[in-house]
Amino acid sequence: MKKIIVFLMACSLLTTSPITLADSSRQSNNFFDAWKETSWELNTASLSLEARYFFNEATSSKQHKANLSASFESTFYKNMYDDKLLLTFTPFLRADQGDKERTHGDIREFIALWADETWEASAGIGKVYWGVAESSHLVDIINQTDLIENIDGEDKLGQPMISLTFINEDYGTLATYLLPKFRERTFPGVKGRLRSIPHVDNDSPVYQSSQRDNHLDYALRYSKTLGDFDIGLSHFSGTSREPIFNVQFKTPSNIVLIPNYFLIKQSSLDFQATIEEWLFKFEGIYRSSDNDNYFAAVGGFEYTHSGAFDSSYDIGYLLEYNFDDRKDKALTPFQNDIFAGLRMVFNDEQSTEFLLGFIIDADNQGHSINLEGNRRIGDSMKLTIESRIYSHFPQNSLLSGFKNDDYLQAELAYYF
Amino acid sequence: MLKLTKLISCPIICLSMSIISPPAFAEDLVAKGLNIAKKVDFLDTGYEDLSADMEMILRNRQGKETRRKMRNKTLEYVKDGDKSLMIFDSPKDVKGTALLTFSHKKKSDDQWLYLPVLKRVKRISSSNKSGPFMGSEFAYEDLSSQEVEKYTYKFIKDEMIDNQNCFVIERKPRYKRSGYKRQLLWISQKIYQPLKIDFFDRKNTLLKTLIFKDYKQYSQKFWRASELFMQNHQNGKSTTLKWNNYQFKNGYKSSHFSKNSLKRLR
Repeated sequence: MKKIIVFLMACSLLTTSPITLADSSRQSNNFFDAWKETSWELNTASLSLEARYFFNEATSSKQHKANLSASFESTFYKNMYDDKLLLTFTPFLRADQGDKERTHGDIREFIALWADETWEASAGIGKVYWGVAESSHLVDIINQTDLIENIDGEDKLGQPMISLTFINEDYGTLATYLLPKFRERTFPGVKGRLRSIPHVDNDSPVYQSSQRDNHLDYALRYSKTLGDFDIGLSHFSGTSREPIFNVQFKTPSNIVLIPNYFLIKQSSLDFQATIEEWLFKFEGIYRSSDNDNYFAAVGGFEYTHSGAFDSSYDIGYLLEYNFDDRKDKALTPFQNDIFAGLRMVFNDEQSTEFLLGFIIDADNQGHSINLEGNRRIGDSMKLTIESRIYSHFPQNSLLSGFKNDDYLQAELAYYF
Repeated sequence: MLKLTKLISCPIICLSMSIISPPAFAEDLVAKGLNIAKKVDFLDTGYEDLSADMEMILRNRQGKETRRKMRNKTLEYVKDGDKSLMIFDSPKDVKGTALLTFSHKKKSDDQWLYLPVLKRVKRISSSNKSGPFMGSEFAYEDLSSQEVEKYTYKFIKDEMIDNQNCFVIERKPRYKRSGYKRQLLWISQKIYQPLKIDFFDRKNTLLKTLIFKDYKQYSQKFWRASELFMQNHQNGKSTTLKWNNYQFKNGYKSSHFSKNSLKRLR
């Protein structure tokens, strides 16, 4: 299987090579002329200032109480050969006041995409999203989580990849990925909040593979829309994006967690039925490794009441159940948890919206409250408010390190 | 002078018509309304595909303006509804967001939203028909593909507006969750395109009036208004929608209108 994929990937590399491109484009100019004739265009750029305030004193005296942070992200495009070849470059930078680990940069994307009618080939650093659920993202596995950005796990690090996708309107879409370089998950440093106690040592990860972070991973995804149903079947083989931790005594008083990255195989199914104002969602994974084999799933619904109470507001009601058959050994807080959410969309000029979510652990009654809201200010600014409250997590719970980390965050982004 | 005589003679003719001809039956009015709607649709078939730039100018009660820019691509699909793509260029925080719609004659439209920051394609419910589009006075249902099958019709009368003879027809949405009880359309008898629409809310009160301005003909056949002006009578706000750079027959294929293509739109 692996050989076939490697072959397909190699084909895609060849087709995206400059010389073949010039031949297949039916244009007389070569790649270098086409390069010169087109220019990089700035699509979007944003500069954001973030302030976080923690309501309680930190668990560790090294941690801060309030924090300022600034980030910059921009996207540049270059279209060549009548938009058939698209180059994308998205650099990201953050400077953080309190945690030097959070001061970091990343190339979110630097990728060439050649798109034809029935196939697409791409090579470079890219970003791919899979899945449908709101409260957790089980199926989404191509990109490593940039966890230090936000604990919601929605920020991702750019992933080096070669990808070939076959598109057929009747039979569906088959995407293949070859992932030559692994990216480590980012974790807060010793001075950062929203971290485990003890903290994660970012400098000495352990890999199961002798090739360490150079193990060649691959992934396949088949997706299809059938009327009201959107389904996706995926398989991944390679280094787990989610580490397992070992406790290490660096000195008797300096205890750290060492991330261990196992080789895993993960098969998954994601599914959404869209029936009038109802969205029914399901994501399920089966993961096997030398460490353990397990099944995890998230499923639920979102119901939208538009024009609620004779207004132009939309009110969405979300309910999702998270399950992980490792039970208490699960490395996620979502092993038997219910997520209930309320989404308010005001449909106003400023695109104001709020999402209020409750997560309740059915085993230990631990719960957390999330509030996210945003509103445009003028034409080119956006204010985002975020707050997370954690309560009643028992000592041995994964989130117990966060028990003093209830926070309120405001972010003002300027777009240009 | 000619115009004046026309204006005077019209009521006389109408009056004499109503005396001579027997009163029309309700079903005749329904059939006549439907036939007009069908002719509007028929005269606009065969456009294959089109692209156009959209600019929305939102005006609040105090007259303060905000602008939105979008690009639209539509592929004609006679068997069912048209397929369309809307790409947002401004405000800048939503730049790159794209909406793919497969409209259907008899069932709800299929819609996917592409969120460029997350690289996520999200299937969304199209049942939010009455909601404001981007905070404007246009509802989603005002901008969706106007398939004949989506309404029932009734012919009301002939009337002249802006020196143009019009059919006035009433249409009622057949789809669920419309924000309207009914609409009154003034269809030009010359170009078979609407010049004005009055929208009545669910309580049958006049809610909005839409005026179509500056019709131009493309490919010697297809008429498109360059400007649409929507006045909301209940909240005092208005929105101008300007259509620029209409291009017909670009040779689009259905593969341009897919979940996959959403991710590579720029």
